[in-house]
Amino acid sequence: MTDAPWFRPAVTILAAFGAMMSLAAGMTLVERKVSAFIQERHGPNRVGPFGLLQPLADLIKFVFKEELAPDRANPLLFLLAPALACLPAMATFAALPFGFLDGKPMVVANLDVGVLYVLAVGSLGVYGIILGGWASNNKYSLLGGLRASAQMVSYEISLVLSLVSVIAVSGSLNLSEIVLAQDQRWNVLVQPVAALVFLVTMFAETNRHPFDFAECEPELVGGFHTEYSGMRFALFFLGEYIAMVVMSGFMAVLFFGGCDVPFLAIAATPWWAGALAMVVKMGFFLLLYVWVRWTLPRFRYDQLMYLGWRVLLPLSLANLAVTGVVLALDRQGAAQ
Amino acid sequence: MLAEYAPLLAWLVLVMAFVGGLLALTAWIGRARPAPGKAETYECGMQPMGDARGRFSVHYYLVAVLFILFDVEALFLVLWALRARELGMSGLIEVGLFLAVLAVGWLHIWRRGGLEWDR
Repeated sequence: MTDAPWFRPAVTILAAFGAMMSLAAGMTLVERKVSAFIQERHGPNRVGPFGLLQPLADLIKFVFKEELAPDRANPLLFLLAPALACLPAMATFAALPFGFLDGKPMVVANLDVGVLYVLAVGSLGVYGIILGGWASNNKYSLLGGLRASAQMVSYEISLVLSLVSVIAVSGSLNLSEIVLAQDQRWNVLVQPVAALVFLVTMFAETNRHPFDFAECEPELVGGFHTEYSGMRFALFFLGEYIAMVVMSGFMAVLFFGGCDVPFLAIAATPWWAGALAMVVKMGFFLLLYVWVRWTLPRFRYDQLMYLGWRVLLPLSLANLAVTGVVLALDRQGAAQ
Repeated sequence: MLAEYAPLLAWLVLVMAFVGGLLALTAWIGRARPAPGKAETYECGMQPMGDARGRFSVHYYLVAVLFILFDVEALFLVLWALRARELGMSGLIEVGLFLAVLAVGWLHIWRRGGLEWDR
């Protein structure tokens, strides 16, 4: 059975689904535990040892909750929006390579256009948010949805431009090949500015602190999910956490060598060590998400727009221009 | 390489079934307990005033248009980036002109106040 052609893809899909759900569920617990640690509280510690079963208890509670929709909401879009917010994030997870086994990447779909796939599908998540905000027919929700979508499209440009520099250095859109190209030297050493721009935009793209204007509790109650409760709210929540997992994985793959263990050739790395390296790198950035959220104050909305359009956009354009010059000179030097 | 899209399709079916299943499960198990005022639009406990189908800042529209401009231009850059080394100096000059036009457009938007949020 293990020789059947469907065997490896099937195992990969199941493993990836398990990894995605446990990372996202684990993150909900880590977020609460770390925030408790930062604020000198205990955090959830009643369900299971150290509160480890808390995500499971939350899931059961969400399933048993009533499905509530406001009278004046658009019922169909109100139902679809949480799924539309959650599905793109889940779909992009399929493109993340977790290492190499028998010379082939451990990934659900080793796409030649991996980077474009993640960008194209990942940016669809904005539909769920703006439709959720509009369908609720609530002023807070509408404002939250509008803010979130304006913010996500503004930062998307800098995100794409920072990735273009990485593509220029790696010469490929395939995420596994980008990992292999970093065997000797991680991209963060070659493209530190692009890595910095990506780091800022990944917070903005997932609507996380200090850019969480979509929710912005003091002004907008809960933003686009003010009217949501029960499982529909849980899907927005899950989508946000999976988007964080995917962005952290993307960061690890594009700038920090993915499954590459430092001072060890990728070809000589056992598959479990590669996968462990990848998860450790992702874990670092996931922890950074939480750390930043409970440490920094929120921006003001105009500051957010200025940062996106007046700082990050020219910075990533200039970085791209310098990258182009260096690559062309490199080529000339090689030709002589 | 088209074979790579079969597992992707299976993955998409799996996640859609998961999300659809969760929504169906909660619709089946979750009990509805209607109460007066429960399904009213939430405005911090006040009587809701009007609805959310009014007008909102036109600035969001401007941001969307600017996004389309710059995002399409970024996609053109991806094509160059893939072969940046092979294209060498001639490619660099061409993409440099392109980036210059992009930068001039960006400066023009700034000067005309397109990036002012509070105006």
